[in-house]
Amino acid sequence: MYRSLFPHDLFAELDRLQREMGSSLGTSPSIRGLGRGGFPAINVGGTTNSVEIYAFAPGIDPAAIEVQLEKGVLIVSGERDPDLPAEDAKATVHIRERFSGRFRRVVSLPDDIDPDQVSARYRDGVLHVSIQRREAALPRRISVE
Amino acid sequence: MNDKTRNRNPEAAGTSEAALLPAVDVFEDATGITLLADLPGVTKEQLHLHLEADSLSIEGEVALETPEGMEATHAEVSLPRFRRVFTLSKELDGHKVTAEFRNGVLKLRIPKLEHAQPRRIEVQVA
Repeated sequence: MYRSLFPHDLFAELDRLQREMGSSLGTSPSIRGLGRGGFPAINVGGTTNSVEIYAFAPGIDPAAIEVQLEKGVLIVSGERDPDLPAEDAKATVHIRERFSGRFRRVVSLPDDIDPDQVSARYRDGVLHVSIQRREAALPRRISVE
Repeated sequence: MNDKTRNRNPEAAGTSEAALLPAVDVFEDATGITLLADLPGVTKEQLHLHLEADSLSIEGEVALETPEGMEATHAEVSLPRFRRVFTLSKELDGHKVTAEFRNGVLKLRIPKLEHAQPRRIEVQVA
């Protein structure tokens, strides 16, 4: 099911290639930077009665993630501690790609969400926020007399 | 320890399915190498670690709880799979690798072979 929701296609592959090339050259393709390759990566999906947001933020204490909903905007923020060895440990860092430090990402939400019906769960490093849509906004079938 | 993911022939690896490259940290101290990998959305059951000869592969399937009939509108994690392959150098002891997996972060500890560990050599005074 997941596979069909986020299918891998040629464009996704090209996009991945571009991002990898960009990061290996040390250049950021966008002046805003956050659009792609920001932390945490975010997937958004929707059904007729809810909006689902997935933030891929592994290795964080769930209590340290702040999720705020205000004026139709969802803000996910927090901090991830670096897992690198202490300075005085005689260690060599060979690869350092994982994000550390403070993060904050903002997702604008559709108009029909109900801010009172939100649930957030953190599992396997993914924060899943589910927001219900308002009853009045649900599609209704109108019978023709 | 070299990252061989990009040079690898996908057919030789037994799978040709596209996968995302997980972000990793690798550091080395006197007794071994520590590798940390971000694998968000991968459950312990769907994480596969393989060590064959000197090749270490990390592979995980992403499983998210999605409600019935969900349509994706924006996807930065666009593939349901992570994969990365490393080549271990010969002073590392592949038989003693230990792995921890918590909140989507894999922590591998690969010790060096005993003869490769640093030793203090006593200086005898004649």
